[in-house]
Amino acid sequence: MSTTLFDEPGPRARRHIRVATVAGTLAAIALAVLAVRQFAANGQLDAARWQPYATWPMWRYLLTGLWSTALAAVVSAALAMAFGLVLALGRLSHQAWLRRPAAAYVEVVRTIPALLLVYVVLFALPRYGLDLPLFWKLVVPLSVSNAAAFAEIFRAGINSVERGQTEAGLAVGLTRGQAMRLVVLPQAARRVLPSIVSQSVGLLKDTSLGFVVSYAELLYSGKVLAAYNGLLIQTYVVVALIYLVVNASLSKLARVLESRPALYARRSARA
Amino acid sequence: MSLLPDATSLLLDGMSLLPDGVSLPSDGLLAYLPDLGQGLLVTLQLTAASFLGAAVLGVLVTALRVAPVRVLRALGTAYVETFQNLPLLVLLVLAIFGLPEIGIQGDIKLTVIVVIAVYEAAYIGEALRSGVNAVSKGQGEAARAIGLTFTQSMRHVILPQALRTVIQPLGNIFIATTMNTALAAAVSVVDLTGAANRVNLVEAQPIPIFVGAGAAYALIAAAAGFVTGRLERRLVILR
Repeated sequence: MSTTLFDEPGPRARRHIRVATVAGTLAAIALAVLAVRQFAANGQLDAARWQPYATWPMWRYLLTGLWSTALAAVVSAALAMAFGLVLALGRLSHQAWLRRPAAAYVEVVRTIPALLLVYVVLFALPRYGLDLPLFWKLVVPLSVSNAAAFAEIFRAGINSVERGQTEAGLAVGLTRGQAMRLVVLPQAARRVLPSIVSQSVGLLKDTSLGFVVSYAELLYSGKVLAAYNGLLIQTYVVVALIYLVVNASLSKLARVLESRPALYARRSARA
Repeated sequence: MSLLPDATSLLLDGMSLLPDGVSLPSDGLLAYLPDLGQGLLVTLQLTAASFLGAAVLGVLVTALRVAPVRVLRALGTAYVETFQNLPLLVLLVLAIFGLPEIGIQGDIKLTVIVVIAVYEAAYIGEALRSGVNAVSKGQGEAARAIGLTFTQSMRHVILPQALRTVIQPLGNIFIATTMNTALAAAVSVVDLTGAANRVNLVEAQPIPIFVGAGAAYALIAAAAGFVTGRLERRLVILR
């Protein structure tokens, strides 16, 4: 199949492809061998160092951490989405006193690192007598920063719904609020679903800031475990693999959701 | 105020921010401006170096992902999938505490730069790939039909069109890189976030310090947004 960059390969191109296949495979194997040798040379591949991760108590501990990660991610996502929707509607409002603050919030918060917000909640708020429980010390800054991202996703979704939809709603006598709630939002929600899932992957990655907060999510659990059993590399590699499996599944879900409308379109085109 | 173990160690670190034998200045925050300025400089340094590295690596990843060789495409996909789905902080912790265990030890700042570059390269790779894919197939076919070589068709036909569509995404990745360099503070590099935190621990005036630091980040992002906006307007093709 030809692409933007290449035609259907002829005999010579096919020979080149075969050579590149062999070279690429060899290079990948060489890299892997190099890494394994580096690990082995430093005794990191000893069975005794990996054995603990074949036992249930270890996994129970890490999975408890994963549960806390999921809990923090779900609560932050719910708060951030609710707040983000309010911000998006505010930004699209016809009232300047709603539109300007919402726009300012989104534009500013979108560019502030989550860690800075975590430090504010961790070290600044207690000075003003606001010492949140550990869970909220992680969830509040994540919600504050992700709300801006969700607001932009929702705004893009609402803007992508054709203007005629609102106009039709108004024409049949709905108020602006009703037209938004009954006509525009349900269509926008369906369109932004993939973006919401991929933003949630980002949020789930952000919960690793629990490492800084000392909230016992997955990464912090790994830190505690590594300090306890001294199996530093092994612990963090296992933690990384857990993150990878969870996030890759979510990303896959986002891609499936994204390809769904295309499927519909193809089906209706055939009909 | 309840100080957690980490906070305590940071607090002690914060104290050592002052040169030996110097007592705490009492004339307010201005005395700390050099420290914050130094932090800002480190942030800019981390951002520039890691974005540059990410750009180079990202081009390589894109090359892998659009190659006509299945093995290379698979490698590119594996790279992108891995680094887009791992939290940056996990990678930083793994690199900074894990690599010395297998006998690889480097300067912390350099390690942070490399890790952020490797991480952001996955995003740049994706942005560039979608830029190449946004150029219609006919453009490439036409370029080859009039006898342009691969390099010529890249240089004169594909890249000029692809680059235009990726400026905005690249600008966003740059801003994300700036924000992500803040995580260096979590592994004890004193960048802008780290400096703000330390100055606050000594001086305990959170509002001006954190608002100032936040404003600095917002300014960097605004500057990046301005530049990408200008670039985009200059390169736009009116059809």
